[in-house]
Amino acid sequence: MESPNVSSHASLRGNAQTLFERIENFLDASFGGADNPLRHLGALGLYFLWILVATGLYLYTVLDTSIEGVYSSIGWLSQEQWYLGGILRSLHRYASDAFVLVMMLHLLREWAFGRYYGFRLYSWVTGVPLIWFAYISGIGGYWIVWDRLAQFSAIATTELLDWLPIFSSPAVRNFLAPDSISDRFFTVVIFIHIAMPLMLILGLWAHVNRISRVDYLPSRRVMLATLASFLVLALIKPALSDAPANLALAPAEIRLDWFILFIHPLTNITSPAAVWAFVFGTTILLFALPFLPHPKAQPIAVVDAANCNGCSRCHADCPYEAVTMAIHPHKPGHKIAVVDPDLCASCGICAGSCPSSTPFRSQQRLVTGIDMPQQPVDVMRQQLEAQLAKLGGTTKLVVFGCDKGADVRGLAATDTAAISLICTGMLPPSFIEYALRSGVDGIVVTGCREGGCDFRLGMAWTQERLAHQREPHLRGLVPQDRLRVVHASRSEGEKLAAAVKEFKARLATQLVASNRPPAYSRRKIHHG
Amino acid sequence: MAKPAAIVGQIILYGAFAAFIGYFATAPTYKQIPDDVALIKLSMSHLGGRECRKRTAEELAKMPPNMRAPLDCPRGRSDIKLVLELDGKPMFETVMHPTGLSKDGVSTVYKRFEVKAGTYQLGIKMNDNLVNPGFNHVKEAQVTLKPAQVLVIDFNPDKGGLFFQ
Repeated sequence: MESPNVSSHASLRGNAQTLFERIENFLDASFGGADNPLRHLGALGLYFLWILVATGLYLYTVLDTSIEGVYSSIGWLSQEQWYLGGILRSLHRYASDAFVLVMMLHLLREWAFGRYYGFRLYSWVTGVPLIWFAYISGIGGYWIVWDRLAQFSAIATTELLDWLPIFSSPAVRNFLAPDSISDRFFTVVIFIHIAMPLMLILGLWAHVNRISRVDYLPSRRVMLATLASFLVLALIKPALSDAPANLALAPAEIRLDWFILFIHPLTNITSPAAVWAFVFGTTILLFALPFLPHPKAQPIAVVDAANCNGCSRCHADCPYEAVTMAIHPHKPGHKIAVVDPDLCASCGICAGSCPSSTPFRSQQRLVTGIDMPQQPVDVMRQQLEAQLAKLGGTTKLVVFGCDKGADVRGLAATDTAAISLICTGMLPPSFIEYALRSGVDGIVVTGCREGGCDFRLGMAWTQERLAHQREPHLRGLVPQDRLRVVHASRSEGEKLAAAVKEFKARLATQLVASNRPPAYSRRKIHHG
Repeated sequence: MAKPAAIVGQIILYGAFAAFIGYFATAPTYKQIPDDVALIKLSMSHLGGRECRKRTAEELAKMPPNMRAPLDCPRGRSDIKLVLELDGKPMFETVMHPTGLSKDGVSTVYKRFEVKAGTYQLGIKMNDNLVNPGFNHVKEAQVTLKPAQVLVIDFNPDKGGLFFQ
């Protein structure tokens, strides 16, 4: 029995996932899946980081690190060179805020979708320190300007640090009076402000190390649109310095950057102890989250040496680099797929990519090259054949769906067979031909929305296979007008049902002119 | 090709994104202290005293020639007692402990006080060797604090001990 804590966490996570899905679906209407920023938060964050690096390089070249020079050199950019340095400074400011925003949304979204345990543990755990690097760099970046805001942040940060027993003398004493700091201070701050992003980039390399075909950048349209947004913002509301820092005066009213510096007011309204408890507590919780009770891991893909011909399609299609190719033990000169248990996501995309996963094969028990123990291809064929045998009515339909997308099981009816797969990506296209040649009038393939596949590439690979762009492809004798692909996320059961109904009506009213491919019956041919 | 409605939608949504970033990058403004308030910062980093004993001639004779220091000083330092008074009334009182595992480091304090702007009689008393009674460092002065002014109370032997800045 689940403990109340586990179930309340699962419930909270489920609600958060539903909320994300609804917002994403809403944004899809304007952006489409490929350009929906919410579906590409990681790539968007990396893009913002490159903006920060590029603009930061220019800012560094003009920065004078002396106490007097640091404020005036940055101010000069905004006042005298607003058309270049000022805009770059504003881009640097707004890209850093946007980076923090998408980083936190990315964290929330991955948690909401349950992507923090099992094969994703490594990516999750390596992502946690990146939040620290980002905030250390962000807070330090504000100090470089050495205006009133910098003064406030430097004092507030050192007051917070002094609560920890790490300095023998309070660090805040460095900001007691105007003569407390030296030029060397800014050299140290700049060193930290550059070192932390370098650590961040190194950490990001580790963060995405275990996945293949990483989205290093969002689509060109998203990049241009976000850059244009920042440029407009830079022109309408350029980033400017406050009055110069004066340690003899306390800045009374501060134009605070709430994305990065929210921790200072939080300390003031609570206490340093409460803030450290929040910061360390959250960090520990994030690290511990993958080890807390979570759904049981599913069996991983299994390779059958006798049926693996070493074609490497599963190796090419695996979204998590879990499949590698090795020397085949029994077939000289051939290769064999090898599954890494730590990396395998149990998505079944490899089974869908295997050329041996065809239901037309004559064996009584269909054994393919790489398969999922929890839903073997042979069971899929049995399931399909059993449901086809029961189908009646004038317009027969088969719906292939995905456990992570809209539930297809409720669509089963006397004239409709519904088969749910681990991921739509595990559907070998030959199953579509098989169903049509067995007397079905139309096929619906449904899965997660574009850019929203729970296993990253399942739906994309399926569409490419159906469009003859990826192996194993749907054969040309299958008429495309008898096939309907519907993108429907978990919460879009009604949308899917409506699409199926509309497709069925279209088939029934003979708007579909093409004939079915030649009839075929495995049992009649081989066992009849 | 995107539909016109989708393009309009994108413009609105990217505009909202930019407005969200632009607004929270500087607003709402945060008031650290009220308008009519000044800050008094009490900050010290000071080594407490220690009681040294003069070695006798016999003791020195027993020691290797290169280690015959005339005074035998304990490694640990004394706690430091501090009293801050505003208009004759105690505002803050503490005993600062030396840092370090052997209690041989500096004793430190940092406190920030918010007071209404105005004129005050400010006093600070310190005893940096608690073997002795009373306070061996005392500083008193009338100070006029303007709104947002930061007044620092520190200790520096080179500046005559306790001082206001």
